[in-house]
Amino acid sequence: MNDFIAARSQMAISLGFHIVYSCIGMVMPVFMAISHYKWIKTGDPVYKNVTQAWSKGVAIFFATGAVSGTILSFELGLLWPKFMEHAGPIFGMPFSLEGVAFFIEAIALGFFLYGWNRFNNWFHWCTGMIVGVSGIASGILVVSANSWMNNPSGFDYINGQYLNIDPIKAMFNGSWFSESLHMTIAAFAATGFAVAGIHALMIARKKNVQFHTKAFKIAVVFGAVAAIIQPFSGDLSAKNAAKHQPAKLAAMEAYFHTQQYAPLVLGGVADTANKKAKYGIEIPGLLSFLVNDNFKDPVNGLDKIPVKDQPPITITHLAFDLMVVIGSALMLIGILYFVALWKKRSWLSKKWFLDLFILATPLGFIAVEAGWTVTEVGRQPWIIQGVMRTSAAVTPMPGIQYSFYLFTVIYFTLSIAVIFLLSRQIKMVPQLYDKVN
Amino acid sequence: MLYIVIAFLFLAIVLYFLLGGADFGAGIIELFTSDRNKDRTRKTMYHAIGPIWEANHMWLIITVVILFVGFPDIYSNMCTYLHIPLLIMLLGITARGTAFAFRNYDAVKDDKTQSFYNRIFVYSSFVTPLFLGIIAGSAISRQIDLQATSFMSAYIYSWLNWFSVTVGLFTVALSGYLAAVYLIGETGDDNERRRFVRKARIMNVLVVIFGGLVFIAAEIENIALAHWIFGNMVSLTAVISAAISLLALWLFIYNGKKKIIRVFAAFQVTMILLSVGYTHFPNLIMVKGGQNLSLLTNHAPAKTIEDLGLGLLIGSLLILPSLFYLFYSFQKKNELI
Ligand code: HDD
Ligand code: HEM
Ligand code: HEM
Repeated sequence: MNDFIAARSQMAISLGFHIVYSCIGMVMPVFMAISHYKWIKTGDPVYKNVTQAWSKGVAIFFATGAVSGTILSFELGLLWPKFMEHAGPIFGMPFSLEGVAFFIEAIALGFFLYGWNRFNNWFHWCTGMIVGVSGIASGILVVSANSWMNNPSGFDYINGQYLNIDPIKAMFNGSWFSESLHMTIAAFAATGFAVAGIHALMIARKKNVQFHTKAFKIAVVFGAVAAIIQPFSGDLSAKNAAKHQPAKLAAMEAYFHTQQYAPLVLGGVADTANKKAKYGIEIPGLLSFLVNDNFKDPVNGLDKIPVKDQPPITITHLAFDLMVVIGSALMLIGILYFVALWKKRSWLSKKWFLDLFILATPLGFIAVEAGWTVTEVGRQPWIIQGVMRTSAAVTPMPGIQYSFYLFTVIYFTLSIAVIFLLSRQIKMVPQLYDKVN
Repeated sequence: MLYIVIAFLFLAIVLYFLLGGADFGAGIIELFTSDRNKDRTRKTMYHAIGPIWEANHMWLIITVVILFVGFPDIYSNMCTYLHIPLLIMLLGITARGTAFAFRNYDAVKDDKTQSFYNRIFVYSSFVTPLFLGIIAGSAISRQIDLQATSFMSAYIYSWLNWFSVTVGLFTVALSGYLAAVYLIGETGDDNERRRFVRKARIMNVLVVIFGGLVFIAAEIENIALAHWIFGNMVSLTAVISAAISLLALWLFIYNGKKKIIRVFAAFQVTMILLSVGYTHFPNLIMVKGGQNLSLLTNHAPAKTIEDLGLGLLIGSLLILPSLFYLFYSFQKKNELI
C-alpha cells in the first residue's frame, strides 16, 4: 500500500467512523428534549426514564464522537499538510465557528447530564435543547467547509497563488445550502430509523413495552418525516453536482456519452473498458429531466472530461445507487408509518410492521456512508475541485500505512466497545430506568 | 486584529495546560494512589471533573483551529515534523476520553471491566501530557530541520531529544501537581484531604526536580534556556513570582483555603508558560538553522485574520460566561452535598 492510498484510506475510515457519532450527536439531543418536554408537561415518569436512558447512551456516543473529532482536526494536517497550508485560511471560517458551537455544546452537555435534580426543570430542559441546536449548527458548519472543497469560492487562483481571500464568501459557497440541508435531513433519517429499530426490537420481544413504545414513537416520527423529504433534497444536490461537478454527476450515473434525452440508469455496473453501463435499467430522458427539468436537453457525460480528471466510476456509481435504493425504501416505510397512524392503527402492533422497522435499523447509516462515498470519491482526483489535486496535498512522511493499520484497529475496537456498552444499557433498562413495567 | 487572535491562541494554550492539565493530573494521581484508597479518590475526582470534562478539552480544539486558520504554515509544519508525537498524543486522548466516559456510563459496573477501564485511563493519563510536553519542548528546541533529508532527522530527532523528553516529564509533574492542589478543595473528608496535600507536596518536589532536569538537558542540547529565562526582565519576574507563589501556597495549604491555593497554583503554571513564551515571542516554532516560524510573519492573509478575530470575540462572549457559570454552579452544588 503506498503512502497516498494509505492516507486516503485513513481519512476515509476516520470520517466514516466520526460521521456516525456526529449524526447521533446532532439528533439524539433533540429526541431527548422532546421526551424531557413531555415529562415536564405530563408528569408521566416513563418519559423521564426514556430521557435518562437516552442521555446515558448519548454520553457514550458524545465521548467517542469528541475524540474522533479531535483526531480529525489533527488528521487534516497530519495527512494533508499542503492542503491545509493553502486552504486553512480560506475554508477555516466554518471550522472556527464550529469550534465555538462545540464549546457551547460541551458546556450545555455538562449542565444537562449532571443537572438532574439540581436545576429548575425548564433551565435543565433548555440546556438539553442547546446541546441539540449547537450540534446541528456544527454539522451545518462543517459540511459547509466540505462543500467548499466541492465548489471552491472566496478566492482567486492566479499562477498557483491564492489571492483576494474572503472566508465569509468561501463559507457561503454555491453548494453549502444543498449539501448541509441534505446532510442534516440524513442525520435525522438515519438516527431516527436506527433508534426506532432498536426500540421496535424490544417491543417485539415484549420487553418493557410501554417504555419502548414511547421511545419508538418519538424517534420514528422524525425518521419518517426526514425520509420522506430526503429524495427532494437529494434532487437539489444532484442538480448542484451537475452544475459544478459534471464529472461527479456523470460518474454517479455511470453516464459515458453526452446525449439528448439522457437516460437514467438504475442499478447495473459501469463497464469502463467499453464505456457503458451494463445490466442496468435505462429510463430514457429521466436524467435530462432531473438535471434540466425537461426531457430533451443534453447532459454532459464522461466523454467531456479528460481521463486524468475522472473520478473512480464504479465505486461512485455503486455508492450512489445504494443510497438511492435505501432512500426510496426508507421513504416508503415512512409513508407506511403515517398511513398506519391515520388509517390503520391496528398495524402499529403487528409483527410484520415491527419487523420492517427492525430490518431498517442500519439502513440510514449505510446510506450516509454511501452518500459520503459519492461526495468524496466523486470529487477525486481533486482535493479542491479544479484547483488542487489530492496527490499534491499528501504528507511527505513515509510509512503512513502503519498509521492507517493502527487507526483501523482503534476504530474497530472502539466500535466493538460502543456496541458492547449499548447492549448493556439496553439490557439494564428494567433495572435502571423502568422498574415498574 | 492579529494581536487579538494571538491573545486568544495564548489564552487557549494556557487554559488547556491549566484545565486539561489538571484533568490529566487526576489520572496521574490515581496511578500513584494505593489500592486501598483508590475508590474514594476516584469518587471525589469524578465528582469534581465529571461535569466539566468535555469542556476542558475544547481548549485543545480551539488551539488547533486558531492554528490552522490563522497560522497555516505553522500548523502544517508542526503536523509534518511532529507527526509521530502528535499521533501518540491523539492515541492518549482517545484512550483517556473513552475510558473515562465508558467507566462512568457503563450500565453494569462489574469489577473486571471497571478495572480494565481504570487501567487504560491511568496509563493514558500519563502518556498524553508526556507527549504534549514533548511537542511543546520540540517546538522551541531548534531540532526541527526543514532541510532534513533522512527519515530519522526529519521525523524522529525532531522530537526525540533530551530536552523535549524532560519537558514532557516536567509537564507530567505539573499536571499531577495541579490536580492534587485542585482536589484538596474538593473533598470534605479530612483523611483524604491529608492524602491530597501529601500528593501535592510530592508532585511539587517532582516539578522542581524535573524543572532542574530540563535545564540540564538544555545544556546538553545546546539550548540557551537559562539565558532565555534569566536574560530578560519579564521572564525573570515571571519565574520569581512563580517561586514566591509556591512558597505562599504552602502557607495556605493546611487551613483549606481552596480558592487561594488554586489561584496560586494556576498562577505558578501561567508564569512558567509566560516566562518561556515571552522570550520567544513572536516565534512559535524554532527551527534548525533557518527562519523561525513566527506568529507575526507566518500568518494568514489579513481578511482571514480579521474574520477569525471577530469570530473568536463573538464566540467568547457566548462561551466565557456560560463556562464560568458551569464551573460556578457545580462548585456551589458540590459544597451543599
Ligand atoms: C440517510 C441518508 C441518505 C439518504 C436516504 C439519501 N442520501 Fe444523498 N447523501 C447523504 C445521505 C442520504 C449524505 C451522507 O448525507 C450526503 C453526503 C454529502 C452530503 O451532503 O450528503 C449525500 C450526498 C448526496 C449527493 C452528492 C452531493 C454532492 O456531492 O454534491 C447526491 C446527488 C445525493 N445525495 C442524492 C440523493 C438522492 C437523489 C436520494 C434519494 C433517495 C438520496 N440522496 C438519499
Ligand atoms: C468538512 C468535512 C470534510 C472534510 C474537510 C473532508 C476532507 C477530506 C480530505 C482532505 C480527504 C482526503 C482527500 C481525498 O481522498 O479526497 C477526504 C477523503 C475522504 N473523505 Fe472527506 N471530508 C469531509 C467530510 C467527509 C465525511 C463526513 C465523510 C464521511 C464519511 C467523508 C468521507 C471521505 C472519504 C470516503 C474519503 C476518501 C476518498 C477516496 O478514497 O477517494 N468526508 N475528505
Ligand atoms: C474534517 C472534518 C471534521 C472535523 C475536523 C471535525 C471535528 C470535530 C471535533 C473536534 C469534534 C469534537 C467536539 C466536541 O468535543 O464536542 C466533533 C464532533 C462533532 N462533529 Fe465533527 N468534524 C468533522 C466532520 C464532521 C461532519 C461531516 C459532521 C456532520 C455532518 C460533523 C458533526 C459533528 C457533530 C454534530 C459533533 C458533536 C459530537 C457529538 O455529539 O458526538 N463533523 N467534530
